Amino acid sequence: MSEWTEIVDYFRGRSMWMLHYCTGCGAIELPPTMTSRWDMERFGITPMATPRQADILLITGYLAIKTLKRVIYTYEQMQAPKWVLGFGSCTINGGIYWDSYNVIERLDKYIPVDIYIAGCMPRPEAILDAFVKLKEMVQMGEAKGYEKYVKNYDWYKANQDKVLKRTSPVLKEIEKVTKIG
Amino acid sequence: MVIVEFLIKLSQGFGIGALALATGLLFGGIGRKIMARIQRRYGPPFTQNFMDLFKLLSKGSVSHGWAFDLGLVAGFAPMLAALMFLPIGPFTLLPSDSSLIMIVYLMMMAYLGMAMGVLASGNPNSAIGMSRALMLMVGYEVPFAAVIFSVYLFSKTGYLTQIVTQQAGGFMNWNIVKMPLGFLATEIALQGMLGEKPFDQAIAPAEIASGPMVELGGKYLGFGMIQHSVGLFLETGIVVDLFLGGAPNFWIFIAKQFVLYFIVILVDAILPRLRIHEATSFFWKLPLFLGILQAVIVIIQGGVLNV
Repeated sequence: MSEWTEIVDYFRGRSMWMLHYCTGCGAIELPPTMTSRWDMERFGITPMATPRQADILLITGYLAIKTLKRVIYTYEQMQAPKWVLGFGSCTINGGIYWDSYNVIERLDKYIPVDIYIAGCMPRPEAILDAFVKLKEMVQMGEAKGYEKYVKNYDWYKANQDKVLKRTSPVLKEIEKVTKIG
Repeated sequence: MVIVEFLIKLSQGFGIGALALATGLLFGGIGRKIMARIQRRYGPPFTQNFMDLFKLLSKGSVSHGWAFDLGLVAGFAPMLAALMFLPIGPFTLLPSDSSLIMIVYLMMMAYLGMAMGVLASGNPNSAIGMSRALMLMVGYEVPFAAVIFSVYLFSKTGYLTQIVTQQAGGFMNWNIVKMPLGFLATEIALQGMLGEKPFDQAIAPAEIASGPMVELGGKYLGFGMIQHSVGLFLETGIVVDLFLGGAPNFWIFIAKQFVLYFIVILVDAILPRLRIHEATSFFWKLPLFLGILQAVIVIIQGGVLNV
């Protein structure tokens, strides 16, 4: 049985499809990574259009609280062996938005991150390095972030709820507001 | 004895299916490599599609109801059935004297089955993608039907094995020499059938999030990949049998198929995507004109010969 798992892990590492969630400036580093100069397809990594098809979720840059909600939806729509790459210092400690009122600071409080890519901006070499590292981790059977999410769902859910509470509409009780006005 | 024969046929059928799948996946992988080299990239290994399929089948997946499951099967089964009527090299599993019509009919059924499946997912992107795929089918089936009509008139039979036998005896007997305009129309229609650029409106990743495949994930997407690979084998195979004189053995057959696919990839590499109404109206202009012209030429030649 373990041999079979090893074979499955080997092929999972050789074929990883990526969904890139590009809210920040990090999106600009991806076209050179995909196209002729750095060519990530030689590692079997291809950009995909929807979360259902993807294995890797690449979060490039800062996440406002509203976009965090969409990222969590996206992550939960992806199918079981799935990995998250946090890209840039914004996902590690908030980066230049460290004191912003509506930007999250540490991504792995909300969804499990397998690899962080440090830098502002990380170069395409750094992205490819992360992909190769992730491939090794997958083939060794070490990248188990998705299992961690299921096991510790209460903790993640509590953290998510704590910040997502702040996204409720300010003008929810519109009648009260207009009455005062 | 009947049961033994049936079992032999059944195992041969599975064998043909597996062979078509392996060839289709290999073609896809080589196609990705060629595309990469055209774009001055190194490209994935040519076995990449096998690895992708293995990974997809090992992934978890989510269904969208029984019509979703059934639709994918209904999309794949006609393709597999059409394969049984196709002369692959010298070998045909189910010889039938109307195999040409049968294959064309079954190819269309496959798309309708797929439409049923992906529309059950309820995603608007898949609805748009599927409407585009069917619209495109209306486009390329018309010139292809004109070509089928002229081949029918020319060979005076709908039995593919016999059409292949009529082309035996060297390059000059092939239908590509006798009906060059028809071949040209078929080649353009093939581009649309395989959904390669400029006719990839149905699967437009940046535009409608890969269209019909938007809700397919894991094993379902793997099934879609199997369907696409078998379709690739079938659609290039029928053109080989109609115009390139079939083949004496399997290896020459796939070599001829690969030449057709290679042309498709080269066109795919250099052209951008058309809008859907542009694509359909293009199919109804140049390829249809070529197809009808070919039919008229065949009728005139036949009439002259009969007199």
